[in-house]
Amino acid sequence: MLILKNKVAVVGVGTTAYGSFPEIDDYGLAARAFRNAVEDCGVDKDKIDGLLCCRIPSYARMGEILGLDPRWTIHMPPHGRMSGMAIVEAMLALETGAADYVALLYANIGRSRRVNYGGEELAGIWDPWGFTSPGAAHAMMLRMHMERFGTTTRQLGEVSVAFRRHASLHPDAVMKKPITLDDHAAARPIVEPLRLLDYCLINDGAVCIILTTADRARDLRKPPVLISGVGARDAFSRSAISNFDADFWYSETREAGEAAYRMAGVGPSDVDALMCYDNFSPTVLFSLEGLGFCGRGEAGAFVEGGRLQLGGDLPTNTDGGHLSNSYMQGWALNVEAVRQLRGECGERQVAGCEVVQYVATTPCTRSVIYTRG
Amino acid sequence: MSAYRKPLPSDDPLLAPFWENAKAHRLSVQCCRACRDRHFPPGPVCPKCLSEDQEWETVSGRAALVSWVRFHRAYWDGFVGDVPYDVCLVALEEGPLLLSNFSGPMPEDPRAGLPLEVVFDDVTDAFTLPKFKVAP
Repeated sequence: MLILKNKVAVVGVGTTAYGSFPEIDDYGLAARAFRNAVEDCGVDKDKIDGLLCCRIPSYARMGEILGLDPRWTIHMPPHGRMSGMAIVEAMLALETGAADYVALLYANIGRSRRVNYGGEELAGIWDPWGFTSPGAAHAMMLRMHMERFGTTTRQLGEVSVAFRRHASLHPDAVMKKPITLDDHAAARPIVEPLRLLDYCLINDGAVCIILTTADRARDLRKPPVLISGVGARDAFSRSAISNFDADFWYSETREAGEAAYRMAGVGPSDVDALMCYDNFSPTVLFSLEGLGFCGRGEAGAFVEGGRLQLGGDLPTNTDGGHLSNSYMQGWALNVEAVRQLRGECGERQVAGCEVVQYVATTPCTRSVIYTRG
Repeated sequence: MSAYRKPLPSDDPLLAPFWENAKAHRLSVQCCRACRDRHFPPGPVCPKCLSEDQEWETVSGRAALVSWVRFHRAYWDGFVGDVPYDVCLVALEEGPLLLSNFSGPMPEDPRAGLPLEVVFDDVTDAFTLPKFKVAP
């Protein structure tokens, strides 16, 4: 992937409001995000010849609604780990000429349609013992991290507190009321050691990201944001328990991070803001260790004292993340990376922001490093 | 006797031997006849050597506690009366990881590495759940 350094640019981003919208479906939300992204970059809609749909029921219906006849179409499942994978796929398509302008579209109507995670009707292997839900898998991992490294739930609370503070500065965020470490400790337990404030939100919304080659990007409305580095590693061979890894996807995150850093020619100390997939707060600790922002087992201490907050050493999830902004499954975090590099983030803007990293530490770990064009 | 309302084992045919063995109070994992790799959950081929020549091997029942969580939410109606309830993750002496329950209350001093052994809970006439207790 090294040859793709700075070859592909994000030129347009579009989001919707976030909340509960029973009156509109996923296609309607995605169409709004698409229109906003087209307006954001000023591209002629009919030039878009690449379409990737994620969590949208039918790519064909989506294309029909938007009046698109692409040369390149991909449909991805409604899993949280897809955004980084989608961006890598789009880069390959643009570099090979399979498409010239790619729109990545994601929509989620989980709130208004009462989507539940856990207790699915399709019987799972662990159901008879009462084990279910991605949250329980992360609770299991956090307990292991606590046992192995002495991490505390108080330290974990720093993650939720930091992201909620950022959400309080973000007009679109779903949960804006600031919280304290004591609020985190007193929140309703769901699957201990995790509590309510360790869980992502579930809300409706949609995101669109438009990419093109760096050359074509110069002709569009806003300064392009370049994709300088990407890295990837999946972990399927140890995935007997869904959303769980007994080693916190450490080696996968390390490998994906190192590949992205090498390609971009930067290291963790160059990162001005981190956009970290936060389905559950422990994922942030695992990501920080895997990427090398701190040593193995040291993430609990690392996040203390507001280090992840704006003004701290490593402003992370400046939009509030999945915990407090919006459950857009990584997609909105990539949009926030772009907006930070463009300087569009108002009260939550990171000063002098030049390098932003996205990471999703999951069974499909991806990292993307964005820089100013 | 009231009907059992918790989730029953899935009807995945690959898993049937595991549940049949459990009913006979044997804990078992899939084992590859070609390379002797032991794995669980089972698959149609060995994940190491891809052989289809797989058998079920009764294991010792000895395990070490890896992790544990406490459910405060009942994701199935059948668990409403149980919350909060505990689920443990154990590493079998033979290698594979297994999610299970403690056979009684949570051990007083749970910690990673705590030695456990399997016990069999005949929860209905039709199926038996392997659970774990602290090894003597």
